[in-house]
Amino acid sequence: MDSRFAADSEPCEGHGPKTGVPPEASIAALFWTFFRIGAFTIGGGYVMVPLIQRDIVERRGWIDKDSFVDVLAIAQTAPGPLAVNTAVYVGYTLRGIWGAMASVAGCILPSIIIILVVAALFDQISSSNYVQAAFAGIRPAVVVLIVSAAIKIGRPVVRSRVELSLAAAAMVLVAFVRVSPALVVTAAAAYGLLARSTADNGGKDA
Amino acid sequence: MILLNLYLSFAKVGLFTFGGGYAMLPLIESEIIHGRGWLTVREFTDIVAIAEVTPGPIAVNSATFVGYRLAGVLGGIVATLGVVTPSVVIVLALAMLAKRFENSAGLARVKSGMRPAVVGLIAAAALTVARVALVDLKSMMMAAAAALLVFKVKLDPIVVLAISGLLGAIIFS
Repeated sequence: MDSRFAADSEPCEGHGPKTGVPPEASIAALFWTFFRIGAFTIGGGYVMVPLIQRDIVERRGWIDKDSFVDVLAIAQTAPGPLAVNTAVYVGYTLRGIWGAMASVAGCILPSIIIILVVAALFDQISSSNYVQAAFAGIRPAVVVLIVSAAIKIGRPVVRSRVELSLAAAAMVLVAFVRVSPALVVTAAAAYGLLARSTADNGGKDA
Repeated sequence: MILLNLYLSFAKVGLFTFGGGYAMLPLIESEIIHGRGWLTVREFTDIVAIAEVTPGPIAVNSATFVGYRLAGVLGGIVATLGVVTPSVVIVLALAMLAKRFENSAGLARVKSGMRPAVVGLIAAAALTVARVALVDLKSMMMAAAAALLVFKVKLDPIVVLAISGLLGAIIFS
């Protein structure tokens, strides 16, 4: 956890994660960052993973790459929407309870505003060809964004054969066997606790 | 007392939703349609369609929509607060625990198992979305174009989504 993987990070606007000391996150910055994320998370929480990674890990440098994976693990294990869980955890880690509240408020406010408008104009919007077509265009891009997030997040985390097997097993169990992600994360945590040290043996018992 | 009931019903939905928004839909169905009789199945289908194509977590969108249908703007807000309350409480508790045991060897071992699994879960999400998103040649070409923008041009994900939406409106309509 000491390495910052600074080599492949791209510091933006002078406050990237290169120093290793997270820059101060103001309550307002937390709110606006999650507002932006909430406004563009179309079609479920996982779309948020690349957005949040870009904003919080790469651009703001609030959380390092390794900790971001832990945030996702907790967000997927706890009940509730992934985006909301992530907002709570990131907000709390950076600025305590008020940080968590500001992040959640930012995350759900765009949905509330948009859905209230949509609910009022329901019939016109759902029958618009242009709206349907725009979403048909967005969905393939969503696949690409999630793949790119998996690659970026996976690079520092999946280094040994054991880790690769764990990742592959988790993917198959969730995507094909339809096991609950909470169950998979919990089982993987138990495996980590019981295995002597998955970090050191480099795939010996793969 | 419709507002209180809305809040409680959606808090229940939020509490038992594990693993993303879609997992919540059957719960909404049993709680809101069969349990409370607040909506018909047909209305519910419309809501799901809307929740899928509008920004924001599906659980939050559905809650806002159902709440609005039943009790106006205030209903929408109350139902949304209900659906996020369990998340906020539980994740806060987990975050506090993680902070307390930050340097423990046990937590480090737990993380060593969890981290690769999380990468697998993200890959699984990509597969799930791909099944409904990549359905024909056009959509695969859209994905290839998006891949170019993401991996080569290195555009911001939000810009990529905006460009794809615009292209989609032109190409698919």
